[in-house]
Amino acid sequence: MRLWLAPAAWIALLCALAALLPVMTPLFSWVEPGTDNLIYTRDSFYFLLQSHIWLVAVSATIGTLVAVSAGIFVTRPAGSDFLPLVSQIASIGQTVPPVAVLALAVPAMGFGEKPTLFALVLYGLLPILRNTLAGLGGINPAVLEAAKGMGMSSAHVLFKVELPLAGRVILAGIRTSVTINIATAAIGSTIGARTLGDPVIAGLVNGNTAYVLQGAILIGLLALATDSLFEATERAWARAFSI
Amino acid sequence: MIELKGVTRRFGDVVAVDNIDLTIETGEVCVLVGSSGCGKSTTLRMINRLLPRTSGEILVDGEDINKADPEALRLNMGYAIQSTGLFPHWTVARNIGVVPDLLKWPSRKRDERVNELLTLLGLDPATDAHKYPHQLSGGQAQRVGVARALAGDPNILLMDEPFGALDAITRENLQQEMLRIQRQLNKTTVFVTHDIDEALKLATRIAVMDQGRIIQHDTPEAILRRPASAFVENLIGKGDRGLKLLALRTVGDLMERYPQPRRPEPYSNGVNEADSLRVALSVMVWQNSAELPVFSEAGEEIGTVKREQLLQGGA
Repeated sequence: MRLWLAPAAWIALLCALAALLPVMTPLFSWVEPGTDNLIYTRDSFYFLLQSHIWLVAVSATIGTLVAVSAGIFVTRPAGSDFLPLVSQIASIGQTVPPVAVLALAVPAMGFGEKPTLFALVLYGLLPILRNTLAGLGGINPAVLEAAKGMGMSSAHVLFKVELPLAGRVILAGIRTSVTINIATAAIGSTIGARTLGDPVIAGLVNGNTAYVLQGAILIGLLALATDSLFEATERAWARAFSI
Repeated sequence: MIELKGVTRRFGDVVAVDNIDLTIETGEVCVLVGSSGCGKSTTLRMINRLLPRTSGEILVDGEDINKADPEALRLNMGYAIQSTGLFPHWTVARNIGVVPDLLKWPSRKRDERVNELLTLLGLDPATDAHKYPHQLSGGQAQRVGVARALAGDPNILLMDEPFGALDAITRENLQQEMLRIQRQLNKTTVFVTHDIDEALKLATRIAVMDQGRIIQHDTPEAILRRPASAFVENLIGKGDRGLKLLALRTVGDLMERYPQPRRPEPYSNGVNEADSLRVALSVMVWQNSAELPVFSEAGEEIGTVKREQLLQGGA
């Protein structure tokens, strides 16, 4: 139970700040003296937080499903021909910066949430795919040989042996992917998605540091809360399977 | 009974197993011995279809194994390997219970079986059952590996150098346990090793393999007395062939029995009825004695063994 204490604390802090930022005018007048517009009011912070989380969650779910299935497929005998290609894509893809993916998605799909979602899925796939391959490939071959030799079916080997053993590495890939995407989603504001990046962009355009700060604080907290949630999940996984 | 008829396995252009014929009778321990790369493991892995054969026929109890479902086939063949391949995320008990689970045994029957096997292999059901593989020593892990292979009560046992990675003392212990277990269970066993001493000790018949072929297939004694080629002669080692022959027989075979068992004299040094003649000779040499008392399992003195008899009739 103590495992979940840290993520719970971060989440509580995040929610509290999203609610309390609008009444913290004195603090921000100290940062940005001489302006009346100290608090970003175009949308509520809660709405932006929700929309931000939704974008990341949907893209992470799609990304995980696609990447893990692809990783499993290319490590089966039937898909082994694609293994070199897919692992190459997984490592090369990482060198393209997320902003570039975002910029390329606009001409193809226009502005708004759709291209952001597309870019997030595409970019988030890669760390998960890479870790799925590493996790499945890192299992001691003797264990798989024994599993097969005992008379387990391929599905049994996959679900009872391979995935539990590779799970922690795959989970670490999802963690990296989600953390990167929390930051990337904020840039989605430049192409019309509603995210916590909105106050940051508005602040930069208008030269209002208070706006920038409000967006940045919430994005940072969201990233920290999510990361600590994954940390706890990874530990729980390791404890459940004792690895 | 396992029959291999004209079995060949190629990896690309390389012939790993070259047209071999081999019959392994029910209840027999057949040891495949040879240097690494001679095709012995390949042969073993074709019997449970982990490797497909290129040509030839493999029959188990008269049925071609290719006609059976591979998973059902393997469930009836215990499999133990050198690196154990224990599932690192499962406890010892769950590792041993794998095949009973696959066979859908009721959980009570499975748990009883797991405890029975832990005891049979000299592990403690109370403490060891809940350990994870990484908490075990090499010898313990290998015991669990053997227990796991036996768990489903298979008719056939396939063992691929199971004791190869262990230190000499642990290996010796496990070989003794194997002999004891085999006397109890009488499984048809195919055992792969590169260690000729292990082969001589465990086998009812040995198949010596070289470059994918079976050079000689015979009892340990016949292999020692009449090696079929220079290769076999080299493998068994010319120098201590006599000692190896002595090692095949027990003191009980050669001793003179007293009409009545006697109470042993205190502190007398002797040999056990079940000890090998090699041990008896070694004790004689060490003590410079021409005659040794022989004790039964119960500790009674039941006869003597003489040096002359040993030298004349031992080998």
